[in-house]
Amino acid sequence: MARRLILSGNDAAAEAMRQIDPDVVAAFPITPQTELMHKFAEFVADGDVKAEFVLVESEHSAMSATVGASAAGARAMTATSANGLALMWEIVYIAASMRLPIVMPVINRALSGPINIHCDHSDTMGCRDSSWIQLYSENAQEAYDNVLQAIKIAEHPDVLLPVMVTFDGFIISHTAEVLEVLEDAEAREWAGEYKARYSLLNTDDPVTFGPLDLQDYYFEHKRQQVEAMKNARRVIQEVGEAYGKLSGRSYDLLEAYRLEDADTALVALGSTAGTTKVVVDELRDAGRKVGLLKLRAFRPFPGAEIKAALGGVKTVGVLDRAISFGAPGGPLEKEIKAALYGGEQTVGNFVYGLGGRDMSMGDIKSVFDELDAISAGTQSVDEPRFVGVRG
Amino acid sequence: MSDKAWTEIPMAGIIEEAGNAHTYETGSWRTYRPLWDSEKCIHCLSCWIACPDSAILVSDGKVTGIDLEHCKGCGICAFECPDKITAIEMKLETDIADD
Repeated sequence: MARRLILSGNDAAAEAMRQIDPDVVAAFPITPQTELMHKFAEFVADGDVKAEFVLVESEHSAMSATVGASAAGARAMTATSANGLALMWEIVYIAASMRLPIVMPVINRALSGPINIHCDHSDTMGCRDSSWIQLYSENAQEAYDNVLQAIKIAEHPDVLLPVMVTFDGFIISHTAEVLEVLEDAEAREWAGEYKARYSLLNTDDPVTFGPLDLQDYYFEHKRQQVEAMKNARRVIQEVGEAYGKLSGRSYDLLEAYRLEDADTALVALGSTAGTTKVVVDELRDAGRKVGLLKLRAFRPFPGAEIKAALGGVKTVGVLDRAISFGAPGGPLEKEIKAALYGGEQTVGNFVYGLGGRDMSMGDIKSVFDELDAISAGTQSVDEPRFVGVRG
Repeated sequence: MSDKAWTEIPMAGIIEEAGNAHTYETGSWRTYRPLWDSEKCIHCLSCWIACPDSAILVSDGKVTGIDLEHCKGCGICAFECPDKITAIEMKLETDIADD
């Protein structure tokens, strides 16, 4: 029996962590992630979890402690945002290449400067090549559901890669929402017990972790990571389906929203996908054939599924909440375009919401209007458009 | 260079076999070779304690030689050998080859 609660995104993710009760959690505060760890610290102080709670002196140490715990065979988690993720950088790559199934909520925030604490995706987009799986959440419900699914995906023997569960800073992390959570017993049974393939603490069968890896083997180990990412596509779907049976909410790599006969469609990540659904409904009521492709898994990137989902669409607008300076478009647009290569679609790029700039329903409607202008040939797609920027 | 494919090796560079440094011969890295003089040696084992590669061969508490398949020629053994004894001399490999 599910329970209905009112929780912020941070509290929802902390609730999932409480139910999982990992062996080790490392914590260092950074806005807007701080409240997540406040909540988890409360669970620790109240004796609601048995997790070893490690208060570290920086995010570099938070990720290092998590790596050490995971290599020892523990189920280990931490959480961060923006500059914290940037400070972890070196160990973020090491966690993935050591194939440690760490789960880390990343509460999306602009990676400075000038200093800004509000939402965009520049932090997680920056580490898209780090071999971490990235699941984007539309709301607090998905943040909760994704954390629970992430441990199953990360720890799957065909995957063994760390997972970032991302959700938009403040927009999701600090907004109270009604959501359903599993009963503790259900969640614990779902999480199960993590049995690591190797453990640094197993003196009966000692192994070496992280040795020097030069010209003779390094490339082969990178090839293994490619395969693990490939396997993750299947595992994310399998876990999403199994979670659906348990909770009534099933998940896939992406979600096609009213795309079946759409002429124009937007592609979005995170909370903006939710706003776009409302706009799509309104425009559909007005007789316009519009739709949305919400991408849940950005890593692994489900290119074939995207191509199939957008197969009948004539004009596609890609919403990027990040800039890749000097590149022809935003990070999402470049990959969507590559996935659609050889197809008939025209693709326009819309960069929006940097540093937490609001993306209102009116803004999204105006993007759909621009897509119509692109379809009519009166607007070019040579350059990205910057939604709501002055001047 | 190994000929094993990516499908045939443990993930992440994990080494599953303990103590396998023994099978990895590092002797070819050496520039200077330690020459041990059994006549001068007093078997204090200072070299054996200090050798970072466990390359000092010992039997029944006595030094019996140097494992040249693993000795990297760092010279710590010669440095640690008591000043009055100097039972180990470091010599350029190229000079030995010339000899």
